[in-house]
Amino acid sequence: MIALIIRDLKISVRAGGGFGLSLAFFFIIVIFFPFAIGPDLDLLSKVAPGTLWLGALLACLLSLERIFALDFEDGTLDLLATSSLPLESVVISKALVHWLTTGLPLVLLTPFFGILLGLQNNNIIFLIISLIFGTPALSIIGTFGAALTAGMKRGGLLLSILVLPLYIPTLIFGAEAARRGIQGFETQNSILLLLGVSLLSWAILPFAAASVLRINLR
Amino acid sequence: MKNGHAGILRGPNGVGKTTLLRALAGLQPVEAGKIKCSLEDICYSGHADGVKPTLTVQENLEFWANIFSSPSISEVAEKFMIIDLLNSKVGNLSAGQKRRVGLARLGLTGRQVWLLDEPTVSLDETSVKIFGNIIKDHLSEDGCALIATHIDLGLENRAQIFDLLKYKAASGELSNSNEAFL
Amino acid sequence: MSFWEYANPVKFLKLSGVLLPYFSILAAITIIAGISWGFFFTPDDYKQGATVKILYVHVPSAFVAINAWFMMLVASIIWLVRRHHVSALAAKAAAPIGIAMTIIGLVTGALWGQPMWGTWWEWDPKLTSFLILFLFYLGYIILWAAVDDPDTAADLTSVLCIVGSVFAVLSRYATNFWNQGLHQDASLSIDKEEHVADVFYYPLIVVMAGFVLLFFALVLLNTRSEIMKRRAGAIMARSRI
Repeated sequence: MIALIIRDLKISVRAGGGFGLSLAFFFIIVIFFPFAIGPDLDLLSKVAPGTLWLGALLACLLSLERIFALDFEDGTLDLLATSSLPLESVVISKALVHWLTTGLPLVLLTPFFGILLGLQNNNIIFLIISLIFGTPALSIIGTFGAALTAGMKRGGLLLSILVLPLYIPTLIFGAEAARRGIQGFETQNSILLLLGVSLLSWAILPFAAASVLRINLR
Repeated sequence: MKNGHAGILRGPNGVGKTTLLRALAGLQPVEAGKIKCSLEDICYSGHADGVKPTLTVQENLEFWANIFSSPSISEVAEKFMIIDLLNSKVGNLSAGQKRRVGLARLGLTGRQVWLLDEPTVSLDETSVKIFGNIIKDHLSEDGCALIATHIDLGLENRAQIFDLLKYKAASGELSNSNEAFL
Repeated sequence: MSFWEYANPVKFLKLSGVLLPYFSILAAITIIAGISWGFFFTPDDYKQGATVKILYVHVPSAFVAINAWFMMLVASIIWLVRRHHVSALAAKAAAPIGIAMTIIGLVTGALWGQPMWGTWWEWDPKLTSFLILFLFYLGYIILWAAVDDPDTAADLTSVLCIVGSVFAVLSRYATNFWNQGLHQDASLSIDKEEHVADVFYYPLIVVMAGFVLLFFALVLLNTRSEIMKRRAGAIMARSRI
């Protein structure tokens, strides 16, 4: 399992691996928001938590298709399925790599983007916390969606349509936690609920994703 | 089929060679009949090589060695004549060399039953010969292999040929899922 | 004689062929009776006037929209556990009806909300979760359409239905948490005190029963046509051999 994680990390940072693409996408979305809304920092800081959450979600979505597509095409998935490594572990490794290459960098860049959108230093912490707890859920839910559409030609749009409704609870709790924190309300409930969604997703979705992978490999 | 023997699957395209091998490997459900072998002993190798173009040969092999928890790759690399290629990127290799890397994985699995689907595609004559010898070695180490191929691998009396055309009638029947609707 | 015998497509076709006309006629009678009772023989509400009568379409369609998903969930689980084709096809058949009912619920809600709340749309938790339900139906239907092999499609959509159910429930709580809305409480409930007066209540019950019957009739009809489609395919496959 560790071997799989290391291999996928290596592939993602090599040429054509796609690392950084979703980050660049996130960056562009954040820059485009002021263009669309206007340069008023007060207004921007009000919509900043939602903007950053939506940007993170879309950046995540963009990189989902790659999770299984390449391994499916070149037969690696067949071989992994016949190895002694359970497919559930394969799913967990894939989701973990997706988080390490997409979710984590987004979290680390958030302070910078927060400043661009007029957030005060002490408010950015709420965004970071909500993203740290929320992005793992985005990764594992997305991995489930990628497993559903593995092997379909042009599954990308379908993948988005299937995954986005599943993202709703994470988005609501995550953006809510950030918003409440920035407006000075208590955030404990929403953060706990967000954490709950993440943990629940990581508990059940590896099994669901492995079962649909088996179906798609037939 | 016994240990130490190989089966060669023959038959025209579309007769179900790949399907049979995939079913034996546990990738597809079996509609009738039983497989008397633990999936843990089976190693499947299909049309695709399962190697990553952006990694070096060594990295690819090390990955599979880790997955199958087998100790060293140098021995296997020597056997499959890819020892000189270890440090080059797979993306820069020719199709035949890539195929050899893919086949080298068989040696890493340490599993007894090899299921090979057209293993010699894009291999040149010498490589085919080498590969035939590797299979012979595997057979004499009490392994066995089921190979879908049209090429003579030089296995002589060790190999038993199954012509799938004879069983075509059976595979041509309706699938169970269709039958339910009649 | 076990219940599962009707999981055989051919037997199901026979039985459902007998039942379908009864369900259809009963559904038509109850809906017409209930709606005309509700529309013409109940007084106008003292606050809401005649607009209250949209209740007789809004509440039953919303009720069926939610329960159609439950039916799909149960049918999906039966398919995954027992591999009865009728069950998978029944789940497939229910989805378009569910999404239609969701749309009816949303539209009648908007029509009702305009005079009452002064707005067509409000991001109220109940309305929002219906919109989310619509998205879940949409994904399910699109996945069915995207996969060629019928058994693979049935497997994939069944897993999606189960996972979707978990996340739909989570979304329901999330929307509640996110915005405490202005939608009134449930119009009907068994354990609590009734929320609508008896004069409105009885015709509503009749219409609800009618909508449920209509749902069954439509599911039977759709399932039958799905089975016949598969049957035609199977017969064609056999004649090719």
